[in-house]
Amino acid sequence: MKEFALIFRVSSNGAADLSPAEMQQRMTAWMNWMGGIAARDRLVNGGNRLGVKGSKWVGQDKMVSDGPYTEIKEFINGYIIVKGESVDEAVEIAKDCPILMGGAGKVEVRPLVTPDNNE
Amino acid sequence: MMNHQNLIPQLYRQEYSKMVSVLCSRFGIDQIDAAEDIVSETFLSAAETWGLKGVPDNPVAWLYKVARNNTINGLKHDRVFRQRVMGELVHQSPPAVEPELDLSPQNITDSQLQMLFAVCHPSIPVEAQVSLALRVLCGFSIDEIAQALLTTKANINKRLYRAKERLRSENIPLTLPDNTALSARLDTVLITLYLLFNEGYYSASPDNILRKDFCLEAMRLVYFLTEYLDKTRASTARPDVYALLALMCFQASRFNARISPCGDLVLYEQQDSSLWDMELINRGNGFFVQASADGNLSRYHLEAAIAWWHTHQDSYAEKWENILRLYNQLLILQYSPMAALNRAYAFSRVYGKEKAIREAESLNLAGNLFYHSLLGDLYTGSDDIQAGHHLEKALGLSGTPAERALLSTRLDALNTIKK
Repeated sequence: MKEFALIFRVSSNGAADLSPAEMQQRMTAWMNWMGGIAARDRLVNGGNRLGVKGSKWVGQDKMVSDGPYTEIKEFINGYIIVKGESVDEAVEIAKDCPILMGGAGKVEVRPLVTPDNNE
Repeated sequence: MMNHQNLIPQLYRQEYSKMVSVLCSRFGIDQIDAAEDIVSETFLSAAETWGLKGVPDNPVAWLYKVARNNTINGLKHDRVFRQRVMGELVHQSPPAVEPELDLSPQNITDSQLQMLFAVCHPSIPVEAQVSLALRVLCGFSIDEIAQALLTTKANINKRLYRAKERLRSENIPLTLPDNTALSARLDTVLITLYLLFNEGYYSASPDNILRKDFCLEAMRLVYFLTEYLDKTRASTARPDVYALLALMCFQASRFNARISPCGDLVLYEQQDSSLWDMELINRGNGFFVQASADGNLSRYHLEAAIAWWHTHQDSYAEKWENILRLYNQLLILQYSPMAALNRAYAFSRVYGKEKAIREAESLNLAGNLFYHSLLGDLYTGSDDIQAGHHLEKALGLSGTPAERALLSTRLDALNTIKK
């Protein structure tokens, strides 16, 4: 089986004001989604959410700016690592990601490079 | 005065482990066979002598005295044993005449702890660890072990042989691991004791009393561990040991309600909660509080929390939402097919059967008895034909009369609806 990173992107102004109940729902949806992946024995690494406050980005000439990097009006929110027979399997997993609810974000699916698979 | 019939088996359970541990502590783990022979002979003498002359006032003291004598006699008759031990004694100055056998409570406890860590050693295959623990730490007979584990005496003897060979070949020391090694070694011990408990709890063996004894023995050993950790003040670093103990208490509390008088399995929802052992639940609650972790939740914490929710039979929305959340966390921590199936069931209790079918089917556990049993349940009411297929599949996979009875009942109920 191969391993894939699912990278979560959100738009900077996509963080709509969610009511506490909606926030709770969103959290539950995430836990259920990740729990479901784990239940299918497809979760390799629960990954991390990536923080916003206190983040920076370093560009050319070692120029430092306040992060996250949002030149494309989106920034990376977090990632997990899953496994599957093919990228299509990973894509099917990604389709259920709660970040896609309400137009909030995107999921990028990238195969992990290994010595025998480094295209 | 206790019934003589029960006294010796009871003492055997209590004292076998202590005596073998002390002997091994004194003469080395590689002498374990000799140690077991000495203790067995001791109990044989007890059976013969007490039958004729009556039970002594202090049976345990009598056993220890005879064990001591048998050890000395063993020295006289067993060449290897003698060479090894005499070799030792000769080098002592002044040379001892007889080996000292320290049967004080402190040494007994220390020896048993050392034995616990030696038996639950990562270089011994897990199956063998469990069998050896049952034999040497809990004093169950080969027969009893074979019966509960639903295998043959020959198989158990093979496992015991392999385990002892490893003890010898890997030179596993009979010492308590030092602080750096303790954490890792403790992990192995906990897994073995968890498995030991499960052997008792989930065993399909018809001997209910024996299976309960397995559970109680596992609990006794974990409790034993907590006392040791408390003494060395290492317990604050390992709250998961208390979590495991809490888990075992909660599970064991339902033991009497799980089997009907005629030996049928009673599902959780149908159990008579008045048969649940409230004292065990309360003790479990106490241990659960002591297990309050500061951050990292171990799998035992999560399982104990799930088990805690199950000590409340009333079904309210909060219960199953919490159980689902806990199964999510548990699976993210560590995958297991049973946890995955239990999660799907919890999912059905929160979101309804039809939504849960998708979750359950994506588990890809075709060929697993519980998978088909669950789908049989989930499809009942929405697609009885599919439900029937799965229940029949499950029936074909079931291994015990109790399981088959349960599944047949459900199939019959389905077929009755169809008519």
